[in-house]
Amino acid sequence: MTVAIDRATGKRRGEREPRPGPAQRLKNGFHKHWYAYAMIAPVAVVLGVLVVYPLVYGLYLTLTDATSLNTARTIGVNHIDATYKFIGLDNYADILWGPTAYDRFWSHFLWTVFWTAACVALHYGIGLGLALLLNQKLRGRTLYRMILVLPWAVPTFVTVFGWRFMLADGGVINTALEGLGLPAPLWLEDTFWQRFAAIMVNTWCGVPFMMVSLLGGLQSIDASLYEASEMDGANAWQRFRYVTLPGLRSVSTTVVLLGVIWTFNQFAIIFLLFGNTAPDAQILVTWAYQLGFGQQPRDYAQSAAYGILLLSILIVFTSFYRRWLNRNEQQLAI
Amino acid sequence: MSTTTVESSAPAGERRPATAPGKVRGRGERSRGASLASHAVLIAASLTALFPVAWLLFLSLGPDKDDYLHPGRIWGKLSLENYAYVLQDTGFFDWLTSTLIVVLGTTLIGVVVAASTGYAVSRMRFPGYRKLMWVLLVTQMFPIAVLIVPMYQILSDLQLIDSYLGLILVNCTTIVPYCAWLMKGYFDTIPFEIDEAGRVDGLTPFGTFARLILPLAKPGLAVAAFYSFLTAFGEVAFASTFMLSDDKYTFAVGLQTFVSEHDAQRNLMAATAVLIAIPAALFFYLVQKNLVTGLTAGGTKG
Repeated sequence: MTVAIDRATGKRRGEREPRPGPAQRLKNGFHKHWYAYAMIAPVAVVLGVLVVYPLVYGLYLTLTDATSLNTARTIGVNHIDATYKFIGLDNYADILWGPTAYDRFWSHFLWTVFWTAACVALHYGIGLGLALLLNQKLRGRTLYRMILVLPWAVPTFVTVFGWRFMLADGGVINTALEGLGLPAPLWLEDTFWQRFAAIMVNTWCGVPFMMVSLLGGLQSIDASLYEASEMDGANAWQRFRYVTLPGLRSVSTTVVLLGVIWTFNQFAIIFLLFGNTAPDAQILVTWAYQLGFGQQPRDYAQSAAYGILLLSILIVFTSFYRRWLNRNEQQLAI
Repeated sequence: MSTTTVESSAPAGERRPATAPGKVRGRGERSRGASLASHAVLIAASLTALFPVAWLLFLSLGPDKDDYLHPGRIWGKLSLENYAYVLQDTGFFDWLTSTLIVVLGTTLIGVVVAASTGYAVSRMRFPGYRKLMWVLLVTQMFPIAVLIVPMYQILSDLQLIDSYLGLILVNCTTIVPYCAWLMKGYFDTIPFEIDEAGRVDGLTPFGTFARLILPLAKPGLAVAAFYSFLTAFGEVAFASTFMLSDDKYTFAVGLQTFVSEHDAQRNLMAATAVLIAIPAALFFYLVQKNLVTGLTAGGTKG
């Protein structure tokens, strides 16, 4: 219990002793929590050295005009010192507003947004459909599940090449289409069909993860809820709408967020499907990579600036997503 | 499911035409039509999932590099020539060695470094806790484009380009925070009372972690290890950029060498792809149950 002090003693009411100074607080905190800090030290060190330091260095590079022609490099026995200079925010201004900014950044940005939305919608829709089918009592359910998980089980860099053979000019897909009397698009050469093919391959690769996660969610819904709703006369659609969907909410919000992040950052599929050949089908990640490593001279500064822009987009998206969830009183299951 | 027959007071929604007149379908049973439709859709989906992989397998048996254009001819000349060639005359075993070094190195560092942190953020609240969690979360969202340029510069300065250590370190940027998350999720499922009992018996926090919790958390560590393994195995961007000499290529890079701008040895590529895919898929099937529970841990709690 505190006693109220009436006289002005310099102490506020209800306080026992002056708050310790910052140094003292740090010391106390350290005494109290030193073992926690000791336990997180390994990760803190690793992240500091491998993530924070490169990130700061990358930020610095975006403020310069570093390319492979003016950075420090060793040719044979001669070491050439770096000659790039500080140019402030010019890289960002150039990317966002410079001449041909639309062709270099905004067109890729729009395509990336479309790609992410389309792929995640397809992943989620198909994944949910298959999960619902697999959640019934069916003969051969385990076998179906085994087969349907295959695209996830085989590494992406392997299956993309399988798709490349199938989509190639004269490959099996076009042969089949011609056999059916349909036109055979140039999958790997025409921009529209390149984009179509990229979404198709990514959908094929990404559905199993959604399906398995949502199946786990479906199986955790209490069966008595279905019984109760059935007793109350709900038909199949109403059961789905009022029992299944709410039951899947926390899993859904999580897998959709993960799906958006992964799809937005998807590198391997587009990189391996087209290599350096399809400038218009590149999403921002692969485009940034091409600027930095897929051309001569390598434009390190612009590539790093793209990287920082991408990260900003993702962080903004995630914070909005979380805020939107909080407003709807939902929790991320992370 | 119980199969009590529905009385005449059945809800209207249940009264679809029964399979046989006079026979009332029990709860949880479906009409034959619905069953058939389900099977039809699942079979179509399974074929779609299976086809690209099966196609690779089929093409790998055709000895000529242009066989993919007229697959019908492969039937007449099925052979294992491509496999023999890949195993004897390409860098397949070099790639295997490199892949194993990089993948196991990454997994080991990821799990060892992240374990104590996962425990700390699961059990303790300390100043800076929220910031650390936020950093762990954001780091997983990093597009490769963010770190690849500065990392390339830093590794060049340190002479670590084209070295296994360099690639392992770069892989750790994503693996370590993810492992910490995964393990936190697993430690959260271990009752706190165990820690308290340990502390009452005179163990330090470190002792509690090492002697009591770690042995209990083995499944969680395994999930983190599997995940690291699969991620490092499938990593394309860093490996393609940082590995320059062909005896140090991982599989993800080595497979690309079959397609150059002038010549594509698709038959050899298909054979290599199959040789990589089979063990990788087998491994995945062995561990997949754990993976899924790990990935969405807590997500399925009602």
